[in-house]
Amino acid sequence: MTDAGPVGTLPASAGPAGGDPAGQALAGRRLARGRLVRGRLVKGSLVRGIAVRLAAALAVLFGAATLAFAALQLVPGDPVTVLLGPSTTASAEVRAQIREDFGFDRPVVVQYASYLGHLLRGDLGESYQLQRPVAELIDSQLWPTVQLALAAAVLAVVVAVLSAVTTAGRPLPRALASAWELLAVSTPSYWLGIVLLTFFSFRLTIFPVAGAEGFASLVLPAITLALPVAGVLAQVLREGLETALAQPFVVTARARGLTRTAVRFRHALRHAAVSLVTLTGWLTGTLLGGAVLVEVVFARPGIGTLTLQAVSNKDMPVVIGVVLISASVFVLISTVVDLAYLAIDPRLRKG
Amino acid sequence: MTTTQPGLLTGPAPALTAAGRAANRSRRRRRLSRVGVALAGALLVLLALVAIAPGLFTGRAPNETDLAQTMASPSGAHWFGTDQLGRDVFARVLHGARTSLLVGVGSTAFALLGGTVLGLAAALSGRVGDQVLMRFADVLLSLPSLLLALLAVTVLGTGTVNVMLAVAIAFVPGYARIVRAEALVVRRSGYVEAAVGLGLPRPVLVARHVLPNALGPLLVLGAVGFGTSVIYASGLSFLGLGAGPPSPEWGAMLSEGRSFLATAWWIGVFPGLAITVTVVAVNIVGRFAQRRFAGRTS
Repeated sequence: MTDAGPVGTLPASAGPAGGDPAGQALAGRRLARGRLVRGRLVKGSLVRGIAVRLAAALAVLFGAATLAFAALQLVPGDPVTVLLGPSTTASAEVRAQIREDFGFDRPVVVQYASYLGHLLRGDLGESYQLQRPVAELIDSQLWPTVQLALAAAVLAVVVAVLSAVTTAGRPLPRALASAWELLAVSTPSYWLGIVLLTFFSFRLTIFPVAGAEGFASLVLPAITLALPVAGVLAQVLREGLETALAQPFVVTARARGLTRTAVRFRHALRHAAVSLVTLTGWLTGTLLGGAVLVEVVFARPGIGTLTLQAVSNKDMPVVIGVVLISASVFVLISTVVDLAYLAIDPRLRKG
Repeated sequence: MTTTQPGLLTGPAPALTAAGRAANRSRRRRRLSRVGVALAGALLVLLALVAIAPGLFTGRAPNETDLAQTMASPSGAHWFGTDQLGRDVFARVLHGARTSLLVGVGSTAFALLGGTVLGLAAALSGRVGDQVLMRFADVLLSLPSLLLALLAVTVLGTGTVNVMLAVAIAFVPGYARIVRAEALVVRRSGYVEAAVGLGLPRPVLVARHVLPNALGPLLVLGAVGFGTSVIYASGLSFLGLGAGPPSPEWGAMLSEGRSFLATAWWIGVFPGLAITVTVVAVNIVGRFAQRRFAGRTS
């Protein structure tokens, strides 16, 4: 076990960036243990736990909104100049008009209050460059990205489960699997995409080169986004599996006449899956962020392409809109997972 | 682990028993992994040399065009082929090492520094300060790190230095959280309590006892995080937010090569291969360091 790469030895691309997944898995377990104690002390801990989680989620969202507003204020230069772009011939009157329309002339506190007010009503403001409401822009680009992220998530989990279950505790397959996982987590997705495009789209012309029409155009982007993620998940999962396979219940199950494969899939995998669930937050962030790069490589429409365009044009309302949407998705998913924990694992509710 | 004690025995090999065979196998594997680590380390040294003095490895200048030799496929004269302007891709990849690696080193260093300051401040500033800083870190961690970097680039503007800062900002909250956890453990340890009992002033306590003991895991994390920094920084350049087109930066070269995949795959594939090989080597060495360190503390 010494060189088995315990949970702490996680790959770089998992790094501390989107939250260190290994660290999160550990923290999750620690958190669970904390709740265990609380559960014993506090009556009705489930309700209280839910309330606390929801309050924390709202606080994080409020923080993200404030952070986005602060970022907007930090953009150097006159906001009107930023809004008009570098090649503008707008007269002083037009500039004054814009300043008033967007409320740039009001005190920061008033702007902040009005910004929060608009957010509460679901109004994300209007794009500087595209003259359309941000919510509408995001809505029109959302589906291709969701499709890509979901396909990649499913593929990554399937590949990771196969890679971990078939190799856990078997020296030679394990070494081979570790090698491909190291390669997978070390490969930048944008390069993987270019290599896949070269082979499958330009050489063999199996898949389309660009666009987001139909299933064929989803295959390569989904693989590109999924493989690095699968590498991380497989490592964490195998670690959990090997721990589970060393438990006494495995011997009991074997004694009852279950095959090795059945023990792995029906018993050990369930225990190992807990560490996988703690990675959900990291997974969400990585898929959302990674989608930006993958969409650019494959010239796919979507949130990533929209974001890159907005970043290049300093179109702050759009960037902020995307940031807030992804923070909401992240918070929503982690809250649901956290609550699901309480439902799935009764040990976390009562001692 | 096993009852046999290899290394102490000089007689017949203990490999006859099953346990002995397992021990032998694991020893062989460990030796094999040492070779891998040594190779990866040697590769990193070579990469550092290339970054410092690319002229030692290629006679060609990275921006020297040869319009008679545009998009030539890899050959003896041009190992990695030439690009659309007849520039030698091998020379460009070697000359690009400096920018790409410097941005990676710089952003990792800045992220570690920021993370250390914030993490220590949180761990040592009492309940309220800790809550404020850690909830702030929670907010930052709720954003995908690439989006956080993109937000930072929007505010800071494009360019190599800004990309370096943006990647650092994206990694700070994660590091801060780890430093805080590490510092809390150290602070509750016996020797720190003893130092407090001796009446050491707070700054001395932090500088002499807390920081050095929280630093080890941090440096190991930095080694592992360096690979991610390189991937992210080159990614931002690939998106056209970092180094501009003529400069030979790996991500920017990849982005240029993206346009010629149908006719000249080598323009985009080799710079990306350089990134991947670098990150694989960094990860092998980083994980080795992590394993060694974990063995020492536990």
